[in-house]
Amino acid sequence: MITLHHYLLVSGVLFALGITGLVIRRNALVVFMALEMNLNAANLALLAFSRYKGFMDGQVLVFFVIAIAAAEVAVGLAILVALFRRYKTVSIDDLNSLKL
Amino acid sequence: MALPDILFYVFSTLMLLSGLMVLLSRNPVTSALFLVMSFIFLAGLYVLLEAYFVAAIQILVYAGAVMVLFIFIIMLLDIKASVKSSFTYLTAAAGGLMASLLGFALWQTLKRTSNTSLPSPHFSGDLKSVMRLLFTDYMLPFELIALLVLAAMIGVILLSQKESQDNKNSSQAAP
Repeated sequence: MITLHHYLLVSGVLFALGITGLVIRRNALVVFMALEMNLNAANLALLAFSRYKGFMDGQVLVFFVIAIAAAEVAVGLAILVALFRRYKTVSIDDLNSLKL
Repeated sequence: MALPDILFYVFSTLMLLSGLMVLLSRNPVTSALFLVMSFIFLAGLYVLLEAYFVAAIQILVYAGAVMVLFIFIIMLLDIKASVKSSFTYLTAAAGGLMASLLGFALWQTLKRTSNTSLPSPHFSGDLKSVMRLLFTDYMLPFELIALLVLAAMIGVILLSQKESQDNKNSSQAAP
């Protein structure tokens, strides 16, 4: 029998994968992909709670999260394109102007 | 073992494996395609949770629109596969610290939530009940999302405009 804890565990592992990607990858595009994995882990946890506790509100929240994630990806990728036009790189090791 | 239980294990294993491959593959295109696979298996998990509408949105918006955007940007920027990873012990230590903190948070969450095995019977994740909630209780956030998407669209158009030459101050002053 699949319980709530199974889903929460999968969601936690997916979130940990996303955080790991945020830390270890140097390509800004892959960093964005890891960010999407984090948002999906949160969505999975919301849906699992919604199913096992009997509230419909979780599904509406997931709808909002997906809408905001789509907007965030569009703006983030536009910023990446602008950065690439100026610096000819998307490696976050080379974008260190703010470093002391 | 019932069929939904087997499907849960199959979907979650494949989803986490493709998520891992996103991090491990050197080429960004391979990462993007593995991310699409991960999203599709996640949609399977959503179907198991009886969130049919969200599963459809996951396929359409994430695996469709968002990933097409990623692939297009990879194509436009012509990114080479990264040859070396600048992996230092400092990042490893930071990652280990973060992983232990996350694991602690997850353990505390699992300890505090009651482990309900039987899903509540009065539950239907069909389109009608989701939309009824969305257009009554969550009407204001829904309208605000529309404003947010409009703002994001204007921002993307402004950001992706061809930048005027920096040394020509006269052309910048002109509208």
